Amino acid sequence: MAGTLSAGDGRRAARLLAPAYLWLTLAVFLPLSAMLFFSFLTAAPFGDKPVEATLSNYRAFFETSTYALLLWKSIKLGLWVTGACILIGYPCALVLAKQIRGRAREALFLLVILPFWSNSLVRIFSWAIVLRGNGVLDRALDAVWPGDVRLALMFTPAAVVIGLVHSYLPYVILTSYLALQAIDDDIVEAARSLGARRLTILWRLVLPLSLPGLLAGAVLVFVPVVGSFMEPRILGGRFGTYYGTVIEDQFVAVFNWPLGAALSFILLAVVLLILGVSSPVLRRGMQ
Amino acid sequence: MTRHLFLSSLLALSATGALADEIRVLNWQGYGTDLGWAVEAFAEATGHSVVHEYFTSEQEMLTKLRTNPGAYDVVLINAAFTRQARDEGLIGAIDTSGMANFGTVADGFLESELVIDGAVFGVPWTWGLTSFAVNTAAFETVPDSIEVFWDPAHKGRVSIRDDALEVVQFGALATGQDINDIADLDAVEAKLAELMPQIRTFWSSENDWNQFMAAGELDVATYWSGSAARSADMGLPVEFVVPKEGAVAWLDGLSIPDSSTKKEAAVAFIDWMIDPEFYVGWDKEGAPASANAAAADALPDDSFNKRVLGDPDVVARVTFQAPVDDATREKYLALWQGLKARQ
Repeated sequence: MAGTLSAGDGRRAARLLAPAYLWLTLAVFLPLSAMLFFSFLTAAPFGDKPVEATLSNYRAFFETSTYALLLWKSIKLGLWVTGACILIGYPCALVLAKQIRGRAREALFLLVILPFWSNSLVRIFSWAIVLRGNGVLDRALDAVWPGDVRLALMFTPAAVVIGLVHSYLPYVILTSYLALQAIDDDIVEAARSLGARRLTILWRLVLPLSLPGLLAGAVLVFVPVVGSFMEPRILGGRFGTYYGTVIEDQFVAVFNWPLGAALSFILLAVVLLILGVSSPVLRRGMQ
Repeated sequence: MTRHLFLSSLLALSATGALADEIRVLNWQGYGTDLGWAVEAFAEATGHSVVHEYFTSEQEMLTKLRTNPGAYDVVLINAAFTRQARDEGLIGAIDTSGMANFGTVADGFLESELVIDGAVFGVPWTWGLTSFAVNTAAFETVPDSIEVFWDPAHKGRVSIRDDALEVVQFGALATGQDINDIADLDAVEAKLAELMPQIRTFWSSENDWNQFMAAGELDVATYWSGSAARSADMGLPVEFVVPKEGAVAWLDGLSIPDSSTKKEAAVAFIDWMIDPEFYVGWDKEGAPASANAAAADALPDDSFNKRVLGDPDVVARVTFQAPVDDATREKYLALWQGLKARQ
């Protein structure tokens, strides 16, 4: 198709695409390149203090094991959260797309999207109220369970995972739902009429056909979770130091923008590398 | 009476400064200068209006001064940063001769970092302690040693502020070292590493601290003296402790940027800020200790600032924070980040 575009079509396409590219340039490319520029300076270029070009901000990452350790911690967190989102979200999407019809589906769909309508900070603080010692969850369990129940979930890595899964679950459900919705019911019927069992249909038919949506959802969750800082800070307590919180510290607490920018670009590079390495798998799944 | 004195002294000042000015103050949010009633009283007496801008770290404050010359007329600078600000030419010497209240500023504070070579670069305003407070419900007798943080009985019920400098100086006190000249940093790191499993969470703001205490999450946590007074006023069962190992004291001064074009109005505002009448009003809402001896004396006897910080035994145990250079700061930050990363 693309090869058959006439000159006029090309010009029209360029005109139609221009606003999108202009927006990308203004909103993504320019701020990012400013940060990239900062990351090679000795100090943020505000004021009279002379600044010089340097690579020391990038070198700082390799000088101590702290940053690499934190990055690995954040990647593990990303894998945990993505895994939990898939395990919870995919079955939800499956039920929504294939089992429930009519008004009930609309209502459930609304419930899925509802978290998106509230501010993420409000959501996380609500979790803090639920999870903390003597909080809503502890009291509710105490009321129905004999004996003294103390979950002590607040300020643990588990609390961070719970908060992040709740925040990002809708991505997996929505993308999986769209992919599942597109599967023709007749194909499933055909498989069933040929004697395939339910698990076989799910494993050999539904899952491969909906994999593009599931993988897109997984990527949408993994990438922001690796850089997350607000949820670990509030829910993680002394375990809540991750790569993202250290970047935030550079910008907010110690005012070392160049180091913060350099750490951010290292994160970007590592995430791109991970996606690049897994791209053969992703591409096969997307087809 | 004092009000009358204040008004007349301000009137005398404003008579020389021709017209009403709008002065811009750079400070932490909610730190005294932006109290509504105080700003109104100042505007009423002098005609000068006050506009505020806030910073969230000392580095940000310095950057704002560097990037916006002429934008600010009064700036709050911690004594540990005053010399740096002066060396960069950001703040100028203050003419204190016109200040009605400067005469009663305690002598000790005039020998501080705020006065350099006899010139006043920051008017001593408030001071306070960084130590700790305990939940009185969790202790039969209030502890007198910093070792309570390492007590296994309080494991998982302890908190410290997520701030590298504060944490390292806390470790220095616990290992019996000088907070301004830490000889054995490895000992501090080892001591802090032992502390980490005791900690429930870190706190970062007074609001955090109050919430954790109110929810009964903590038995003992590092805290600031002024904040402890406010928390106790709110009805939380907390008691501020200055342990036998000592505590870190800090001093905040009000400075005038060299680039300010409204220095007279700025001087008048600072004079009001160290006025005993203002301070007594502020203390009711929870203030740090005043550097003005007359203001401190004007407090009622049961006020926290008079009861705890006015005690000579306490004063003998505290060490004022000296300036910290960037290299040391980075070293502390690396130590603290390393400890946190290994959790």
